[in-house]
Formats: sequence, C-alpha cells, structure tokens
Amino acid sequence: MRGRGRLLVSPAVALLLVSSILPLVATIWFSLIDYRLLVPGTGRFVGLANYVHLLTDPSFGPTLVNTLLLIGMVLVVSIVGGLGMALLLERVVLGRGVLRLLVISPFFVMPPVSALLWKNLLMQPVAGFFAWVSSLFGLRAFDWFARAPLASIGLIVSWQWLPFACLILLTSLQSFDREQREAAQLDGASAFVIFRQLVIPHLARPIAIVVMMETIFLLSLFAEIFVTTGGGRGSSNLAFLVYSQAMVRYDVGAASAAGIVAVVFANVLAFFLVRAVGRSLDA
Amino acid sequence: MSSIILEGVTKRFGTHLASDHVDLVIPDGKFTVFVGPSGCGKTTLLRLIAGLEDIDDGLLLIDGIDMARTQPADRGLAMVFQSYALYPHMSVRSNLGFALMVARRPKAEIAERVDRVAAMLDLSRLLDRKPAALSGGQRQRVAIGRALVRQPKAFLFDEPLSNLDAALRAQMRFEIRRLQQDLGITAVYVTHDQAEAMTMADQIVVFRDGRVEQVGAPLEIYRNPVNDFVAGFIGSPRMNFLSGRYAAAYGVPTIGIRPEHLDIAPLGKWQALVLTVENLGSEAFVHAELEDGKAITVRCAAAASIRAGSRISFTPSDTCVHRFDADGRAIAGTDANFMLESANAP
Amino acid sequence: MHRGRLSTIGAGAGAWLAAIAIAFPLLWALLTSFKTELEAAAYPPSFVNFSWTLDNYRAALGGGEYFAALWNSLLIAGGSSALALLVAVPAAWAMAFAPTRRTRGLLLWMLSTKMLPPVGVLIPIYLFYRDWNLLDTVSGVAILLAAGNLPIAVWMLFSNFKEVPAEILEAARMDGALLLQELGLVLAPMALPGLASTFFLIFTLAWNESFWTLNLTSTDAAPLTAFIAAFSSPQGLFWAQLSAVSMLSVAPVLAIGWLCQRQLVRGLTFGAVK
Repeated sequence: MRGRGRLLVSPAVALLLVSSILPLVATIWFSLIDYRLLVPGTGRFVGLANYVHLLTDPSFGPTLVNTLLLIGMVLVVSIVGGLGMALLLERVVLGRGVLRLLVISPFFVMPPVSALLWKNLLMQPVAGFFAWVSSLFGLRAFDWFARAPLASIGLIVSWQWLPFACLILLTSLQSFDREQREAAQLDGASAFVIFRQLVIPHLARPIAIVVMMETIFLLSLFAEIFVTTGGGRGSSNLAFLVYSQAMVRYDVGAASAAGIVAVVFANVLAFFLVRAVGRSLDA
Repeated sequence: MSSIILEGVTKRFGTHLASDHVDLVIPDGKFTVFVGPSGCGKTTLLRLIAGLEDIDDGLLLIDGIDMARTQPADRGLAMVFQSYALYPHMSVRSNLGFALMVARRPKAEIAERVDRVAAMLDLSRLLDRKPAALSGGQRQRVAIGRALVRQPKAFLFDEPLSNLDAALRAQMRFEIRRLQQDLGITAVYVTHDQAEAMTMADQIVVFRDGRVEQVGAPLEIYRNPVNDFVAGFIGSPRMNFLSGRYAAAYGVPTIGIRPEHLDIAPLGKWQALVLTVENLGSEAFVHAELEDGKAITVRCAAAASIRAGSRISFTPSDTCVHRFDADGRAIAGTDANFMLESANAP
Repeated sequence: MHRGRLSTIGAGAGAWLAAIAIAFPLLWALLTSFKTELEAAAYPPSFVNFSWTLDNYRAALGGGEYFAALWNSLLIAGGSSALALLVAVPAAWAMAFAPTRRTRGLLLWMLSTKMLPPVGVLIPIYLFYRDWNLLDTVSGVAILLAAGNLPIAVWMLFSNFKEVPAEILEAARMDGALLLQELGLVLAPMALPGLASTFFLIFTLAWNESFWTLNLTSTDAAPLTAFIAAFSSPQGLFWAQLSAVSMLSVAPVLAIGWLCQRQLVRGLTFGAVK
C-alpha cells in the first residue's frame, strides 16, 4: 500500500516542483547576473549588484510601502465591510438566495473587468456615476485616479474581496451556537456585550483565515494596476515592479532580484501571520 | 464445517500493543462473543480475522489454511459493521447484491439469492429504497442481509447494536441469535456490553489490554471467574469487592460477592448504612456504606421498601463468596458452587 | 430567537440596501450595456429613459474577437482544471486512505507553494516559454494554471475523501471489490459532489486568473482577461461596449458561483470553515 501511495502522489509533487521550485532557483541565479535582453553580450556574474541597485533605488522604499498599504487597506475594508454585511445577512430570512447572489458577485468578476468598470463607469470625473452623485450633494467630482491612485486601486480590490470575507464570516456566524447566545441572554447580557464577548472570539478563527488567504493573493496584485495606472504616480507595488523591470525594460537581472525580494517579503509576512494565526489553521 | 484458529496472534499500532499473543479457537457453528472494556483489543482481533488489518506476529488459520496472504474477500467471511456501512447511493437490493455483482454471478442467481435473504429478514418491501430512507433497525437488517447473501463460512459482528435504542437492541439481540442458530453458521460477535455477551453467547472470550483473560461458557465465567477483572466485568450490577476484616474472615486479602448473593435479614453477618435505593419495580438495589467506609451494593425484592439513612444487615451466601489472592487471581476450589450443582452431587 | 420584529425588518431592509450597493457596479454596467455609446457617456446619466438597444451585444458576439477570446478562456480554464483534477485525485486518494507520517507535511508543503508570488518565477518561465515556443499557447498557460490550482484541488478533494466513512470502503473490500471497483463503484459516486465543486472552484479561479494570462499571451491564446484588458487603452467612446463584453464574460462564472457557494467557501478556506 505504501509504495502505491508514493506513486499516486508523485505526479502532483512533480508538477509543483517543476512549476515553482525549479523556476525559483532559476530566478535566484538570474538575480546574481547582469542580464539585459536588449543589450547583447551581457550575462556575467555580478553577485549582489542587482540587489544593491534595487534596494538603493529611491522608488523601492515607496513601492514596498505601497505593497503593504494596499494589503492593509484591502484587509481592513473587506473584513469590516464583510462583517457588517454578514451580520445583516444573518438576520434575513426572505430572499436569501438573491441577496447572496448580489453580495458574492464582485468576487467572480475578472480583475481587469472590475478595474475597468470602476475606473470608467464609476470613477471617471467627467461622466462617471460617482461624479453625478457628488454633484447631487453640491460637491465637485473627485478625480480618483489623478489624486489618489493607490487608494482607488485599493478600493476596487476591497470591493472584489468583500464578498469572500462576508461569505466566510457569515458561514461562521451561522455556526455560532444558538444555545450559547440564549444562555448569555438569560444571564442578562445585552446584544452589544454578547457581540463583544462571545461572537468576536468565535469569529477570531475565520477572520484569521480570511487575513491569511487574502494576503496570499494580494501580494501578487497585478492586473488592476496594469489595467488602470500602469504603475504610474506612485501606484506600483512589488509585483508590478518586477513586471515592469522584466517586460518593459527587459532587465532580467534587476527583475529577478526584485522577484526574489518579493518572495522573501512574502515569506517574512507569512511567517508573522502564521505565528499570529498559528493554531487556528490546524486542519 | 469451518474452524478459525489463532496462535500467538500479535498486532501493534506504533508502540501500542493492541493484541498480545492471542491463542484462541473459534468453535464451528457456535456463537462466540468477544467482550471487554474499550481499547481492550477485541475489535482489533475481529479485524485481524477479517483481514482488514495485517497480523504482525503469529498465525491465523481458517480451515487449516494460513490466512497471511489471503485478501479479506477470499477468506469466506462476512462482516457487519458498527455503523452498518451501507452504500448510500445504492438501493437496498443493490446493497444486498453488491458482493455477488462484484463476483460476476449471473443476474438470475443474484436476484434469487437477494430475494431469499430479503424474505428471511423481512426486507422485501424495502428493496427499492435507499439507506437514507430506512430506520436504524431496518438498516441493521440490511447490513446483516448483505453478509448473509454471501453465504459465508462465518459471520463477524462489530458491535452492531450499539447505535440502536434499548428496546430495539433487546429485540435485535434475540433475532440475531435465532438467525445464527437456525442457519448454524459460526459467529464472532464483539461487544462491550456484558449483558449482550451473557445472553447471546455459546462461548465468551473476555479481553483486557490485548490479552485473553478467560474463555468459557457464560455461566461458567459467571460462576468461576479466573480473576477479579473478569469477576468485576461480568454481571450487573458489578460484583462487590471487600478487603480488610471482611476478607480476613475468609483467610484472603480480597473477597468478591455479587449483589444478588447477599441476603438482607435481621441479625445478618455484616452491617451497613443505606445511602440510596434504586427501585426498578421488578427488583431493587440498595447502595450502602459498610462500617469500614467502603461501598457495597445489595439486591433485594422491590417490595422490601428500605429507606435511605436506615441501617441494614445482610449475610453472604457462603457458597458464593469468591476468594482472590494478592494478584487478583481467583483461588481455586472456592466454595462458589451453586445450589443446583451441589444438589446434583451425591 | 426573539430579537424584535422591528429590528429584524430593519436588518432586512439594511441587508437589501447593502447588497444592492455592493452589486451596484455590476448592475450599473448591466444597464449601461443596453445603451448606445452616446447615452452611456452622457451626463447626467440616465437610468431608465433611454433607447434600449442590443447593438452592443450584437457587436460583441458578431465580431470574431470576442468568440476567439471566449474560446481561449474555455480551453484554458477547462483544460487546466481537468489536468489539475487528473493529478490531484490520485494524490488526494493516497493521502486520505493510505496516509503515512509524511502525509501531513506533504499537504502543508503543497499549500506553501501557493504562498509563492508568481512574480518570483515570472522571468524563468517567460524565458523558458520563449525558447520553447510555448508563449501565446493555450497549453502553456493551462499547465501553469493547473499547477497553481493544484494545492487547492488536492486540499478540497482530500477533505472530501476524508468524509467518506472508511467502513464503507472496508465493507466493499470485504464484499470482494478490487481497488478499481472500490474507487469506481463506491468512492466515486459518494465523492461526486465534492469532485464537481472542486472542478467548479478551480475553473472559476482559472477563468479569472489575470497574471499569467496577461503576461504569457498576446494574440493567439488571449483569453477574455487579456481581451478586456485591451480596453484600457481604447480609442473613442467605448463604455457601452465594455459593459456588454464585461457582462458576457462574467455571467457564466457568476452562475457557477451561485450554484456552488458553500463548497466554494470550503474550498477557499481549505475546509477549515464549514
């Protein structure tokens, strides 16, 4: 039975090794050489020069900060909004199916579609919907992408991930033991107290899961930036930086170094997250 | 005719010794019950016989053939699982016929055998239902039917009644036993319920920590337990174990006396203070505290109306006192003979 | 639970308002897709009073480009999901029913590969694909997406298989079933819902995947994600058309998502939240 088990697992392991570990090693190698596709004759070993160049570049720090800011913003907005939505949804009995469809819809929209719809139909300062709404209040239209590109992107991505947080928190809320709540009510606890002392701890685990899952996906946020700002005006994150180094400037060495930095960054973040989230994830 | 013989059978899970050099003969055509507390290895042994686990050491012989390399299906045994393990996506008919279908028997033969077993177990009306639409008792009968259809050399039962309510359990006990007797098939039955063991078995095997403590007919084990563990496990309510001056009177460190062998009478040998009385209507059990502070249970008639807080005195019938040495082993030649036996003696 | 009629009605109304607000961008795009381009860009925007037209949909479905992209999306999402399942099912079976001491570690390792940002491997893969003519091919992208979704597929299948009571499989074994019969006649029918929802989940993830599909395709293998991304540098008015194309791209996956909500939640959280 054991030998057979190993045989059955090997295709999966092989595919993962070849598609992730192997290329990763290659990236590490590339990061240590000076290799620019547009300049012939490059390809010599330069050690850590690429890294030095990257880390001393004035735009690197802000890029790193942007990455964190984006993740942070999306986490906060999606979880808080998702929790609020979940609390509301929990009490609804009629039309639950349609409500759920409406609420989960953003999650299933392709990132390019989301980004373009928001940028053009909603946020466009001349004829967009938000412009019209602000005119109703007598305010001038806010030029989202000119004045706050990073926040605009963050808003779009938060919108996409809110349903995810909402679904998970809703599922967890629904599994909250009724009898516990009734016992607390009999003990004279107000709704607010019940929420703070009983519900929030119960939600700690799913919130941790949401944080972990979203962070994993948000580290590689790419399409929305690509499609809206092209990384301009301080809206670039690590993933986009790698992309622009590789596909725009064709500097393989620099891009690889940035890629490795992104990987290290992801691991550091994951380490702290796993430590904070730790036992909750034990399946 | 089908014999199952185990010699020195041993099984380990990691460092845990689940079966410890078990020697056992399962008599042909008889109802053998494996009984013991949780974790004693009785289910493990059943699964070893079935072939669902591999033996680490020792021999398992069925009809004289070593089963070490034989797959479960080829051993000619059928098993009824605790959770019934019915195939949820198949009808009762398909469930019953599954083994035959896998063995590529002709359709006519499968239909005939399935119908016959269904009639035997009163399942004919339910043949087209799925397991989810059946009650617990019905599912259990389907599980038994599935085993029957294969016409096995022996039946293996893994605590099949533990998921049923008390009334159903009693009824199914009787039905399973009757079925086995009518068909004359060897049966090995695992349970943790000593009452089930006592009422169903031709032969009881008492297990503890992977070892066989005692093998024998129910009454034999009841009357002559080989040690205090078996004595305390068989019989409900549990046997009373007394030490101190009570045991000293019989010249041993520990004595055992069953609640039903204590007669309450004025001027009895021992005194106790009544704590609570359990009155079942047919009989009553008095839980009392002896003078040395130990607890004792005494059976009496329901009408005796003994009150909590009162004092009682009672006498053990001397022929039923079990004596145990310092290691818990029963001392042979006890006077634990029933009236019946002494009545037959010259 | 007695929480008061009024508060329940309030919560209900609030929920509906919030839900419509959340879905609003899509609802607005849906509306816009039926307008002419002039009316789509009109200010103030019209809600009902405009000439409804299906021109945008006709244009999208009429031109070859949309269908080519749709076809690519189907091939890539379907192909990568099929491949992922093909590899994941045996692995999950082995882990669920023949576990060893290494099984847990293996599972965690698979999950950890998901933590690797794709940017970390973009360059070698791009160069490798370029040198081996895999750029702008459906199979090239499909293989990568399969590998990306593999950990999720294995996890979902693993937790699905774990829910099949081992006793039923043992009963099948005692009834004489060989391994293939055990898998095909007993396990597969019982695990079918789990298999289906796993497929739908990874299909959805592959359908929406926007990193590899944008970077590794240009014309031949461009799926809907790339097709729509091209709208980011358009000429002239295009909102109505964008809306129509967006609706067409989103509808199939939205339908799937609605049907399989619960399984999707479980899959995305690796079964940790039921």
